[in-house]
Amino acid sequence: MIRFALRGLLARKFRTVLTALGVVLGVALVSGTFVLTDSISTAFDSIFKETYRNADAAITGKSAFSLGSDSTTGPPSFDQSLLKTVTALPEVGSAGGSVNGDAHLIGEDGKSIAFGGAPNLGFSVNPALPQFNALSLVSGAWPGAGEVVIDKSTADKKDLSVGQSIGVQARGPVQRLRISGIVEFGGVSSIGGATIAGFDLATAQRLFGKQGRLDEILIAAAPEVTPQQLVASVQKMLPPGTQVRTASEQASKDASNTTSFISFLQSFLLAFGGIALFVGSFVIANSLSITIAQRSREFATLRTLGASRRQVLRSVILEALTVGAAASVVGLLLGLALAKGLFKLFDAVGLTLPNNGLVFQARTVITALLVGTVVALLASLRPALRATRVPPIAAVREGAKLPPGRFHRYRGVGAAVVIAAGFAALLVGLFVSGLGTPAVLTLMLGGALLVFVGVAIFSSRLVRPLAAAANPVARWSVVALSALVWPLFTLPFWMIRYGVWGPGPAGRRVGAFLLGSLLNPLVLVVVLLMALRRGVTRWQPEWPAEFPGVLAERSATQIGGENSRRDPQRTAATAAALMIGLALVTLVAALAAGIIKPFEDAVDAIFTADYAITAQNNFDPIPVSAAAAAAKTPGVESIASVRTGDGQVFGKTIQVTAVDPQASDVFSLDWVHGSQAVLGQLGADGAVVSDGYADDHDLTIGSPIAVRTPTGTTLDLKIAGVFHPPPGGSPFGTVTISSSRFDQNYEQPRNLYTFVRMRGGVTDANTSALNASLDSFPNAKAVTREQFKENQINGVKTILNVLYVLLALSVVVSIIGIVNTLVLTVFERTRELGMLRAIGMTRRQTRRMIRHESVVTALIGAALGIVLGLVLAGLLSARLDFVEFVLPVPQLIAFAVVSLVVGVLAAVLPARRAARLDPLKALQYE
Amino acid sequence: MAGHDGAAVVVADDLTRVFGEGDTAVAALRGVGVEIPAGRLTAVMWPSGSGKSTLMHILAGLDKPTSGTVHIAGTEITALGDTALTKLRRRHIGFVFQFFNLLPMLTARENILLPLSIAGDRPDTAWVEDLVQRVGLADRLRHRPAELSGGQQQRVAIARALVSRPTVVFADEPTGNLDSASSGEILELMRTSVEAFGQTTVMVTHDAQAAAMADQIFFLADGKIVQRLPRSNRHDILAAIENLNVR
Repeated sequence: MIRFALRGLLARKFRTVLTALGVVLGVALVSGTFVLTDSISTAFDSIFKETYRNADAAITGKSAFSLGSDSTTGPPSFDQSLLKTVTALPEVGSAGGSVNGDAHLIGEDGKSIAFGGAPNLGFSVNPALPQFNALSLVSGAWPGAGEVVIDKSTADKKDLSVGQSIGVQARGPVQRLRISGIVEFGGVSSIGGATIAGFDLATAQRLFGKQGRLDEILIAAAPEVTPQQLVASVQKMLPPGTQVRTASEQASKDASNTTSFISFLQSFLLAFGGIALFVGSFVIANSLSITIAQRSREFATLRTLGASRRQVLRSVILEALTVGAAASVVGLLLGLALAKGLFKLFDAVGLTLPNNGLVFQARTVITALLVGTVVALLASLRPALRATRVPPIAAVREGAKLPPGRFHRYRGVGAAVVIAAGFAALLVGLFVSGLGTPAVLTLMLGGALLVFVGVAIFSSRLVRPLAAAANPVARWSVVALSALVWPLFTLPFWMIRYGVWGPGPAGRRVGAFLLGSLLNPLVLVVVLLMALRRGVTRWQPEWPAEFPGVLAERSATQIGGENSRRDPQRTAATAAALMIGLALVTLVAALAAGIIKPFEDAVDAIFTADYAITAQNNFDPIPVSAAAAAAKTPGVESIASVRTGDGQVFGKTIQVTAVDPQASDVFSLDWVHGSQAVLGQLGADGAVVSDGYADDHDLTIGSPIAVRTPTGTTLDLKIAGVFHPPPGGSPFGTVTISSSRFDQNYEQPRNLYTFVRMRGGVTDANTSALNASLDSFPNAKAVTREQFKENQINGVKTILNVLYVLLALSVVVSIIGIVNTLVLTVFERTRELGMLRAIGMTRRQTRRMIRHESVVTALIGAALGIVLGLVLAGLLSARLDFVEFVLPVPQLIAFAVVSLVVGVLAAVLPARRAARLDPLKALQYE
Repeated sequence: MAGHDGAAVVVADDLTRVFGEGDTAVAALRGVGVEIPAGRLTAVMWPSGSGKSTLMHILAGLDKPTSGTVHIAGTEITALGDTALTKLRRRHIGFVFQFFNLLPMLTARENILLPLSIAGDRPDTAWVEDLVQRVGLADRLRHRPAELSGGQQQRVAIARALVSRPTVVFADEPTGNLDSASSGEILELMRTSVEAFGQTTVMVTHDAQAAAMADQIFFLADGKIVQRLPRSNRHDILAAIENLNVR
């Protein structure tokens, strides 16, 4: 029996490979994800280990409460006198202090050098204590006063060398420094696109505005002192606002942010692997059902020879397991290549990830193999059960049909129940409050899966009406599509082939050949390859007898349309695979549109100034001195900046923002209590909150509110105003205070945005004046409201593109599904096709017939998917405040066209097979 | 291998089989009783549409009668469940089909041994070798069905039916898909299996030449047994058919 199963697979190689492809792609994404994230985390690990290579303990500043994960405020710095105290301790062997911060290197174009959103690291280096120095010199010397060392990768990319001078911007305006050396970080030429700038301590302190202060002290223990003893003794003399950890604790602390980023990235990518596998399981289940229906005589024969139902079941499952395992192995290897591709993909969209070479762990192998095999196994269960229902008598009856299952009658009801359960889970997950995040995610995921499966089962009932509706659409859209590609593809193809093999006078043929090659040289290559093949295999190309037309032929498309309705269950299952991909793409498109619209509305409502000043990358905070420089621009009527930092209120870490007095003139907010003027009169103790926060904490005008800063000071404030933010959000955090109060209590204040109102509004003169005053702040730029909106939305669009690329994979899997079904159908209908050919159907009509069936199937999938995607988007936007329900019309049209193309492409191969059938042999086919 | 020569190993009593319901109901069998003696070749014949295939399907347990009973080697099979029937098939029943029903991905040898491997039995090497010699396939064992002629494929099918030495072999139009030369060889082979191995065989056929090989012949018409002939030559059989047609 084992032999029966395995030999069967070999006998149907082509079909088996097509079936397996879905799993291959899914497993590739899963294993690729693991390889990618393992590689990133290994790279990060080595970076952090390198930092603390020879240290036993580290002293850092300590914030009064734990900062938010997306905090822009680092821990506070401390006085550098601590270094002397620490060095004097008997347990301490050596100790070195350093400062760090963002340091932008300025390129020759006057712009900040940045590679794909990676950070611009700057820190002090002390060549006298090489044991604490993670950098190693490649060329040149360590920096002295007014000098800088930069990393090799940046130097190579920007063609910088020792001795040149380079602009560096940290806290203040750009400073010109001399490049004294080129360095590598721990022997790695690049750490994820980050630029590195190293200075001597005094220069660094000056650049970062941390004169007399330190961010970190690394300590090596004296001989025979353990790190724990060292920590204990340092602990005793630490001033408040500092803390000491062993080097390994500090390394894992530093890594915790990247660890959570990596695990997010992992879940994110695995989700797409899961989607591809889910779609792949549809493909497997469908192909297996079809092959089993076709092989019912084989199974029946086995039964007459004494095979039990269980043996039949086992042989089908064994087949699926073999396919699944083999596909998983291939997918695993493909995953390695995919990991490289993903690195490139993220690089292309501006997220450069560190990479020290791909890491291939045992866990990756085991998970990938297990997942692929289990998916194949689960997908085979239903077809396998169907196979056991093949009665032995089918061995002697021609065209015996599989008996419907016991539950066939309840199929419609069952599907409805599954769909209802899915939506119920979604609704509970979305609207019932008080559930934990894992519960919500499980409910949403489970709900979505149930809905997809339910709709897939139920859709066999919808196939007939949908196919009837899709029929004319398919016919005319294919005509339109053919008409579009006709002059560039069909016509030159015909001309070149006519030129090469056609009958007729030589002159006409040469003319046709030349004209055709001119129209599309690519087709020339195809025809030349065909000629080569003819030479090698003596294959006879058919004459391009008729002139290529584009008009639909009713007879061929009619049979194709009927065919798509012949086995609704098969068509439905094939379409369902495409449905899932399209539903998700539609959901993503609708959500993106739904996020962008309220955001634009919010900007339009709040942003009443003329210009905004932001970082070059639109989101990094910029030094406050940039705003000060901009304020001096002639023509500025009012200017106000928004600063941001972390604070603790009511025991929770929140975002604190601060505004300048002129804010009342550059923003327009909707006030519940207080008025626009409040923004300008916050003074030392005024605070503004949103209405939602005020309601949650029973705040009204005059209510006291205490904000703790990271340095441990408590600011006692009074509510001066309550505003209603638009659904698209506002630039303000939970609590907004005056910037003067903020600056007194926050180290290193930086602006998120600066808004400027100018005399005369937006004019070319004003724009250039503003940019001129920002000359020494290359990382800042002045933009108009429209540019501001566009820049901010670009982030959403980038994410959208990544999602599209990843979801495209599941669409590819569903294309394979359609190809597979059509190929199997062509096999099944061999005799019928032979008959049609025998009674005069041309090859081209045969191709058209198959293609039409394919397009109709794809359109059914598209219709179901788009509707389902919109329903899901509607649900989500009803729940999420910042999302509106917006119909992404251009995208939907694009998706419909894509499905059409999917249908056409999927039919290419099966249609060729069908057209190539020899009518005589086909009629004898059994 | 139950029963000695001549004892009935398959006994059918008062079989009826109705297809469809109500107005469209068609009775394929209306009270058929047959006894198949051990070690003999029994033919069931009539040109067509008389229900002889239905009779064979019911005798072999592939189909259930509307009423009546079938005993194979003493077991009443019409009420058996799927598992019991599967076990019964393994021990007692072999099939030869009109369209051979070989598994295309297996070699001739693997096809022959398939019933044993399904039942989990070890092949009796001497017996298999003997069988292969008898059916004349010794040099074709490594070939796939697609590489064999129709006659050769049917020989493989016969060897497959015989390999487990079942109580009874049912052959459904075994020559129906073969040219006359191959038909003759196949019939010869079936006759040999009865004589040399004492293999009880039931053959459904519309071919008088095939029926002439049988030890007894049942004529079936309109769902009933209308005549039974002992071993007869082709001429007598055709005469009997002629006679029945006139009546």
